[in-house]
Amino acid sequence: MLRASVIVFPGSNCDRDVKTALEAITGFPVKMVWHGDATVPASDLIVLPGGFSYGDYLRCGAMAAHSPIMRDVIEKAGKGTPVLGICNGFQILCESGLLPGVLMRNRSLHFICRDVHLKIENDTSFFTKCYRKGEVIRVPIAHAEGNYFADAETLDRLEGEGQVVFRYSDAEGNVSPETSPNGAQRNIAGITDSKGRILGMMPHPERLYEKMLGGTDGRRVFESALLSAVEAMS
Amino acid sequence: MKARIKITLKSGVLDPQGKAIQNALGALGFEGVNDVRQGKYIEVDVAGMSEEKARAEVERMCRDLLANTVIENYSYELAP
Repeated sequence: MLRASVIVFPGSNCDRDVKTALEAITGFPVKMVWHGDATVPASDLIVLPGGFSYGDYLRCGAMAAHSPIMRDVIEKAGKGTPVLGICNGFQILCESGLLPGVLMRNRSLHFICRDVHLKIENDTSFFTKCYRKGEVIRVPIAHAEGNYFADAETLDRLEGEGQVVFRYSDAEGNVSPETSPNGAQRNIAGITDSKGRILGMMPHPERLYEKMLGGTDGRRVFESALLSAVEAMS
Repeated sequence: MKARIKITLKSGVLDPQGKAIQNALGALGFEGVNDVRQGKYIEVDVAGMSEEKARAEVERMCRDLLANTVIENYSYELAP
């Protein structure tokens, strides 16, 4: 059993996609929770979906981070409920302080919508245990603000604690400034909190979860969550 | 009372928009432009409080929402 809730903000546009992916992969119904609600129903997983919450006003994710539901998301995350933030969801996690750093404007200034290669850097976290460390996967990105920034001390801590889980690479797994589509520091595409239970990632795993969509490399993010949740129950 | 708030990127934080503006200025023939950094200007009208209280409130607005202190600095002045 996996009770998942997807938070819907005004301007979210990947909320239905991630619900569809989760239901297809886990077989359990997913609850949609409006941003104006005070509490998230009891959940084994909370998802902050992609989109343009509040029209990206002020900074991406800044307004959503202060919406009523986020108080409860932050509280539940603090008590151990796993949280997955995809794209705009990652920006919201950073703005709300659940993850360190910030997503800045892409180096090129352009909105980039294409598949990228990701190197798996951590295969033990709640959301990545069905991948293998060093493996290269292909998942799409679609953002204008995905340029991850944090100070050197924070970056060193993230690296040291194994919190960098996805890095932009080429198809062979080589990581260099040229293989970063957006200028992200140290090619960071996804990070977790220190316990590996809160994941923020710019790429969209829900867009490549079955063959009909052109690939299945994103599927294991959700399979990992299901496996982790089941392991925790047994 | 008006709070005039300026939000700027910290030095050392890459500013691709500033760079694009700098390039555009160069393309228009402006010479001697060493660097361009862009930021935000926000005016907040506050009423019914002392200057001291307004200062404390604006400070908190900047910290909690208006600026992201990971990458941005803020400054403000109060005007009647």
